[in-house]
Amino acid sequence: MEISSQKKEAYFTATQMQLVSSRFFANRSARIAGAILLFMIVISLFSGFLSPYDPTIAGRDKQYENGSPELPMFWDENGFSLRPFIHTKSKYRGADTNFRWVYKVDTEKRKYLQFFVKGWEYKYFKWSINLPGKKFDFKIPGLTFDTHLFGVDSGGIHLFGTDKAGKDLFSRTLAAIYISLAVGTLGVFISFVLSLIVGGIAGYYGGWIDGIAQMFTDAVRTIPPIPLFMCLAAFAPDTWSSEMRFFFISCLLGFISWPTLARRVRTHLLTERSQEYILAAKLCGASSTHIIIRHLLPSFTSYIIVDLVISFPYMLLSETALSFIGLGLREPVNSLGVLLQSATRADVLLNYQWYFLPVLVLITLILSFVFVGDGLRDAADPHRNK
Amino acid sequence: MNNNLITVNDVSVEFDYQENFLSKKQKIQAVKNVNLNIKKGSFVGLVGESGSGKTTLGRAILAANHISSGQVIFHDEKNDYNLANISKQELKDYRKKAQLIFQDPYAALSPRMTVRDILAEPLEVMKITKTREEADKRVREIASKCRLNLEHLRRYPHAFSGGQRQRISIARALVSNPQFIVADESVAALDVSIQADILNLLKSLQKELNLTYLFISHDLSVVAHTCDEVAVMYLGRIVEHAPTRELFSNPKHPYTKALLSSIPSIDPDKQNKAIELKGEIPSAMNPPSGCVFHTRCQYVNENCKKTVPQLEKLNGSDHQVSCLRINEI
Amino acid sequence: MTNLLEIKKLNVEFDTDEGRILAVKNLSLSLKEGEVLGIVGESGSGKSVTAKSIMQLNPGNTHYEDGGEIIIDDENVLKFDSIKDLKKIRGGKVSMIFQEPMASFAPAIKIGNQMVEQLLLHKSIKKAEAKSISVDMLKRVGIADAEKRFNQYAFELSGGMRQRAMIAMALSTMPKLLLADEPTTALDVTIQAQVLDLIKSIVKEYQMGVVFITHDLGVIAQTADTVAVMYLGCIVESGPVREIIKNPKHPYTIGLLEALPDVNNLDVPLKPVPGNIPSPLERPSGCVFHTRCSLYEEGKCNIEIPELKKYTEGHQVACLKVSNNE
Repeated sequence: MEISSQKKEAYFTATQMQLVSSRFFANRSARIAGAILLFMIVISLFSGFLSPYDPTIAGRDKQYENGSPELPMFWDENGFSLRPFIHTKSKYRGADTNFRWVYKVDTEKRKYLQFFVKGWEYKYFKWSINLPGKKFDFKIPGLTFDTHLFGVDSGGIHLFGTDKAGKDLFSRTLAAIYISLAVGTLGVFISFVLSLIVGGIAGYYGGWIDGIAQMFTDAVRTIPPIPLFMCLAAFAPDTWSSEMRFFFISCLLGFISWPTLARRVRTHLLTERSQEYILAAKLCGASSTHIIIRHLLPSFTSYIIVDLVISFPYMLLSETALSFIGLGLREPVNSLGVLLQSATRADVLLNYQWYFLPVLVLITLILSFVFVGDGLRDAADPHRNK
Repeated sequence: MNNNLITVNDVSVEFDYQENFLSKKQKIQAVKNVNLNIKKGSFVGLVGESGSGKTTLGRAILAANHISSGQVIFHDEKNDYNLANISKQELKDYRKKAQLIFQDPYAALSPRMTVRDILAEPLEVMKITKTREEADKRVREIASKCRLNLEHLRRYPHAFSGGQRQRISIARALVSNPQFIVADESVAALDVSIQADILNLLKSLQKELNLTYLFISHDLSVVAHTCDEVAVMYLGRIVEHAPTRELFSNPKHPYTKALLSSIPSIDPDKQNKAIELKGEIPSAMNPPSGCVFHTRCQYVNENCKKTVPQLEKLNGSDHQVSCLRINEI
Repeated sequence: MTNLLEIKKLNVEFDTDEGRILAVKNLSLSLKEGEVLGIVGESGSGKSVTAKSIMQLNPGNTHYEDGGEIIIDDENVLKFDSIKDLKKIRGGKVSMIFQEPMASFAPAIKIGNQMVEQLLLHKSIKKAEAKSISVDMLKRVGIADAEKRFNQYAFELSGGMRQRAMIAMALSTMPKLLLADEPTTALDVTIQAQVLDLIKSIVKEYQMGVVFITHDLGVIAQTADTVAVMYLGCIVESGPVREIIKNPKHPYTIGLLEALPDVNNLDVPLKPVPGNIPSPLERPSGCVFHTRCSLYEEGKCNIEIPELKKYTEGHQVACLKVSNNE
């Protein structure tokens, strides 16, 4: 196999980062998962723009409660239309339906989709933080928009259907992706900071300091997470705003999952410290600062990024599970876990199957994280036993 | 005084060992009462098997390990550095003059730095050069001496074979213009055909740059071919020290004799009968009393178990042996 | 007398991310009972892969090309379909000892129990008998206090003892063929001498065939009867040890011998073999050694692939520039 000398030279002069990213992109499942993940992150960031209706109770459609999904069509028995449309539905209840509300489709009346419509307002960066004491309250005005990608001229369009109160499931799902990702990010960040401190001290100093840090880490790890979470979550007063609750749940997640990450940090530091090139630098009289900045930190960074990405799905799953059993986030802040709560009733399974759509979204999100994490891990360390 | 570059005077190195923080603290005697003179411009070999303490001694001489007792004195032209009692500034100076070449060419180079940066790092850390141009000039100079060309400087370690990486290691050790180099098993991890290349490079660099080497190895054939004199270590002590030819043709210490007889000869007609050593190497935490070799020596008598032998010259020659019964066997 | 081991036209390739790597090319060799064959080579020579192929110990991404045969006692190992057949051979007829003694012993099981387990797998004997055979074998390999060591864990033994215990375990089932993959490389030279003596005496006593893989020509000279020199997956020269060392013909063998420091010959300077071993992804065309050969002939050595041809009786060379000398 002839390799051109240009390609060889490129390989010789490639930095670690370049090698890792080329190995990552060569991995097909990692590439696809990465694309899906990126897509989901982008749509969650633009959830306001993409949702035709306000995901909270304010945006509910009283005319279309428990409605099935409506997908835009280009063609029906009346002919083809370049503009996508949906049919109007009307509520009907009668003896033949056992007096249950059903929707009848009226194929004559079309509702055409419109793009870039004006609708409900959504905000970015508008926070009001209420800390104890009047001095610490501050509000950030943020940015407000009201344009949405699509909507209909009259009535409503519900791509994923609606729930019991008429809230649009599609908008709720998009918002939920954002919330889940946000909680996950904050949780991972808190967990990372804590594990850096504990694991970093343990790994860098070694000796008895390491011993004590280890004992502490293991002690925290042995506490069963769900009962602990239940206890701590019970402390959150109901009077807290949804932002406070959001912040609180993220902190809890971070506090419970840092031991695993701390162990990884410690291991990386211990391995890197005993590398011979570190000794070579010491033998030139390099100071600790120089060694940390020039050698330890770069090698450490590439490992830790992998660890962080891999711990993300666990964070997501924890939050989803906890919200699902009612301990985590609650209405009106909804994450994917909160959405799943309403999918547990028997009549949902029989009649309103579209409530399960968020499940598919959750699975896709988690799997794509897992594949990206695996791809990163294989790219960063290709010599592991397969 | 003399043309000694390094005087090792009654040096011992001990390590604390504690299995976990509930068990008893024990001491490992890695190096015990070693006397060694390394003359300027010489190529001294230090051989021994596992547990002999050769690596510990080498690192102690470089002030990379602590020295529990005794002195290691580096005789520079202007002043002497006593490594057991050295100030921070003196240590910084010493680092420029004494360097180490590692065994493992794969672990000794940071995978995240280009060859140029690896070679320039000592210059920057030790503030030998002030500007980037100065550093680059020095890097190019030393690289060409080690037969690395300009394009190699831009590459990362993963681009190189074991032998080439070892040359980068050597270049890095030489970039600060040292006088003394410790080569710790520097060819052990290389293929035979490459070993010869590196050994020849070390010898030519010695002539060109006026270097003094301490070559630590377990491979006696390699040491025989490259070193001027050889010191044999067993369980932290030097048991014999002689010029190479003399040692290999006329070994005196029972351990050296056993060691040399164990080397498998390349000549199939020369079926050497290895002198068998009874038992195993004793633990460094609990060394035998008297002469440490007495548990395995075929000439042992009661005196050997009680008295510690000293390294003494034979008949006024350069051949030193540490054995109580040397005149009888 | 048929050969104990016969390898014919073995080709081994590995599937990796970078493509198919050829590890062993067109290898043929044979071994008789009571004979010690040394396979010597540097990194990338394919010597370990060859040994592992005999026991089918190569990793899952290995391909053995059709047409290759490894025949042990009239059975072609490469044609085995089931693991059951392989298990009959492994540990039974063929035993292997490795460079790293810890590789053979499970760390959490006592040595004695592992030895007994191996014996019971291959011989239908009672446990008590297996234990006495194992202890006996430990004594034979020179381990003092064999009874005590029988009940110890692998980490309680020193490196040399572990290696001898591994040899004891490998030999306890009385295999006909012993594969030794760098068994003494990690040992101190005094222990190495003892282990080599042990192997030699065992070969004599049990008339075992031994394939001894190493990079150390001195060890080969003292232990082996015949030697095969490998370079980048091919045997470049083979023959009786004495003949190859005193009268090498292939430029690589000559180069190796000239690069080797010899204690008995301190005046001769060391001559390295020029160049580097090519990466297995970039196998040179024609003769694999041509990129470093002093006898290189443009147009011939980089196009034609040399076959192992007879030079004198028993001595074979794969070089286009070496002619038959009968």
